[in-house]
Amino acid sequence: MNLTRRHLLLLLPAAGVAWKYVLAGTPEAAPNYKLSEHWWSMLIDLPKCIGCGNCVRACQQENDVPDGYFRTWIERYHVNDYDIENPVVDSPDGGKMGFPPAKDGSGKNFFVPKLCNHCADSPCTQVCPVGATFISPDGVVLVDKTYCLGCRYCVQACPYGCRFINPKTDTAEKCTLCYHRITKGLTTACCESCPTGARQLADLKNPNDPIHEFLKTHSVQVLKPSMATHAKVYYNGMDGSVR
Amino acid sequence: MNSLKDAGHLFRLAAVFLAGIVLFLLARGFLVPKSFGQYGHYRGNALGELAARPVHYAGHQTCETCHTDVLEKKTAGRHAHVNCEACHGPQAKHADDPASETPTKLDTAVLCARCHEANAAKPRAFPQVATAEHSTGLPCDTCHQPHSPAIVAEAKK
Amino acid sequence: MNGVEGFMYPNEVELQWSVLIVLYPFLTGLVAGAFILASLERVFNVEAVKPTYRLALLTALSFLLVAPLPLQLHLGHPERSYEMYLTPHRTSAMAMFGFVYLWYLMAVLVLEIWLDYRRDIVELSRSSTGLKRLIYRAMTLGSSNISERALAIDEKTGWITTIIGIPSAFLLHGYVGFIFGSIKANPWWSTPLMPVVFLFSAMVSGIAAVMLLYMLFALLRKQTIDMRCVDTIARYLFYTFIIDFSLEMLDLIHRIYESDESFRSLDFMVHTKLYMSHIVIQIICGTVVPIALLALTQLLKLTDIWRKRIYVTAGCLTLIGIFAMRWNVVIGGQLFSKSFLGYTTYKMGLVTREGLLTAVVLTILPFVILGVLVKLLPPWTERHFEPAPSALSS
Repeated sequence: MNLTRRHLLLLLPAAGVAWKYVLAGTPEAAPNYKLSEHWWSMLIDLPKCIGCGNCVRACQQENDVPDGYFRTWIERYHVNDYDIENPVVDSPDGGKMGFPPAKDGSGKNFFVPKLCNHCADSPCTQVCPVGATFISPDGVVLVDKTYCLGCRYCVQACPYGCRFINPKTDTAEKCTLCYHRITKGLTTACCESCPTGARQLADLKNPNDPIHEFLKTHSVQVLKPSMATHAKVYYNGMDGSVR
Repeated sequence: MNSLKDAGHLFRLAAVFLAGIVLFLLARGFLVPKSFGQYGHYRGNALGELAARPVHYAGHQTCETCHTDVLEKKTAGRHAHVNCEACHGPQAKHADDPASETPTKLDTAVLCARCHEANAAKPRAFPQVATAEHSTGLPCDTCHQPHSPAIVAEAKK
Repeated sequence: MNGVEGFMYPNEVELQWSVLIVLYPFLTGLVAGAFILASLERVFNVEAVKPTYRLALLTALSFLLVAPLPLQLHLGHPERSYEMYLTPHRTSAMAMFGFVYLWYLMAVLVLEIWLDYRRDIVELSRSSTGLKRLIYRAMTLGSSNISERALAIDEKTGWITTIIGIPSAFLLHGYVGFIFGSIKANPWWSTPLMPVVFLFSAMVSGIAAVMLLYMLFALLRKQTIDMRCVDTIARYLFYTFIIDFSLEMLDLIHRIYESDESFRSLDFMVHTKLYMSHIVIQIICGTVVPIALLALTQLLKLTDIWRKRIYVTAGCLTLIGIFAMRWNVVIGGQLFSKSFLGYTTYKMGLVTREGLLTAVVLTILPFVILGVLVKLLPPWTERHFEPAPSALSS
């Protein structure tokens, strides 16, 4: 560490000002954030995922996720030869502490991180009886926990199993795409902590976002396309065995 | 005229129902949150409330404003794209007031294995080792500098 | 993981909807069924079931009043449930159901009961004393007009209410079926047959319940059972059961034949986790046996006593079977993973808010309410023996 006291004296105030600005808050308050200029999504590059569990831990720390529940999790798949209809899948504690060695190293093995797909046509917001869960104008499916009744209809309606009821608030909860971060120009906690860049936040409305080039040059899929949820989390290199 | 008189009780019932509906509409005016319907069928203020939650991970750009020397070393090595907090954990408090919160020194024996312990499900090309054989329990930073992990020629002496 | 076989998405391990959500469609089903039976007399002039008319209406009301309780107890925030009426989300079947329920309660059931009982209410308001007198007077809404013309208007209005009431009853329970049937994420629930199956099983349970209650009250009041009435009810129960069974078999055969991606997982679940509740209790004991028993009464000439015994047995088995059907739909739909790779277990609490004790209390409660209603609004004062106690002007 070559940081001298003089360096600190110069840099700290600058950093402090920058940080205070970042902490400024609401979309309305952050002068540069306009809801209509963004349409958030995520790109997951499966060949890069190493199942380290950083994302699961980071999400828990960033969002106070209670133990035993998951806003994001990692699944490990084992596929024997051509038998893609019968993968063996495990997700010990959601992959939070990584994965133990595979029991069967043969065949094909890989990791799949999962999270809320922030569907553009989401079945979960469709069934909410009161309007406590909704898709924001910038494409993030959110839950208003002061309005949620805890009826659990949305949890039943999600085809991906990404919702749960927080036992502390007795309301529905799920990945918010770190709304409190992305509206301030930061990336999500999971993307920030991913060491290999397997998870990348993407803004589909931003013409300069690297996802547009990526989509042109790679084959991507969404989970359960037959459900026609218009999921916005795109998976590169996803095997047919992924559920 | 007579039939109306004989239906008097029905009118009374209708009046009770009507009163109920009016009461409901009045209550609704008071109870529905003001920002409801602003952007859609939900409380518009919820967006602001969700966005105002505290941040725990500072983001690598914030770290790099101060720790430029580490950034230099990292950019030259294989961990160039590994963000600071991927290993160091959430440091927003430290970024907010660096003197008050200093990040604890990490135990490389545990930390590095999370990514680099050999596992059949990891991509073949990803650098991974069976730590029991590779380091025989020694912490990884005995030989590797985490910010730039490649072992340079001198160590092979 | 405890109770998990195979793989489940991590958030799926805990069941979301408990035994209270099994109880709720069971209760609303009894409402719909009892009401349909009552409408048989009113609209289709099936004279034979007249003795059960008022009892059926009171039964429907008792169950309808208790029906929201399991829902309230299961909510994370029951104190916010009024939001469903303030800001109902029009795309949500659950939100729309709140209004269907309110409509059915106030504009159909309460109205029809009031109109049919109005003469008794006015007479009782004159003849009773103390608190009861106050209650009856409040129920008259201040009008004591029971002239022939007024009663004729009541009759006509009641008839119209029943006409509106029949599709309303269909809507009431069909909606509950739709709440499940419209969830594309869950292949055990997602079928267009769901509202229809729910409705017909509701009618079966409601008819069976009224039949049993009628026989029970007759026993308690030491009265002879009108066999023509009970035979007719049993016949309607039999026909409705045939339709219900056909619909459920259609769903099953269709699933087996098409064998889509969910089939293997669901099939395994039915043969293992749901074997007792689905195959033994619902299908064999709860459907096939009652249908066979009722068929016996239709085909053979049996004595009164034997028919009564069969009706009671078939009725009880039917109610158990329909409850099992709700269980298999609600709980069964949550036991398998949406990845089709695993199963979990339902851990029912005993004395928790959503536990067994609560379910038992909520099942008994409608009968307690019925007991009170029967005292307050006797269903058989003028039908069977005692002339209406009154100090009427002639």
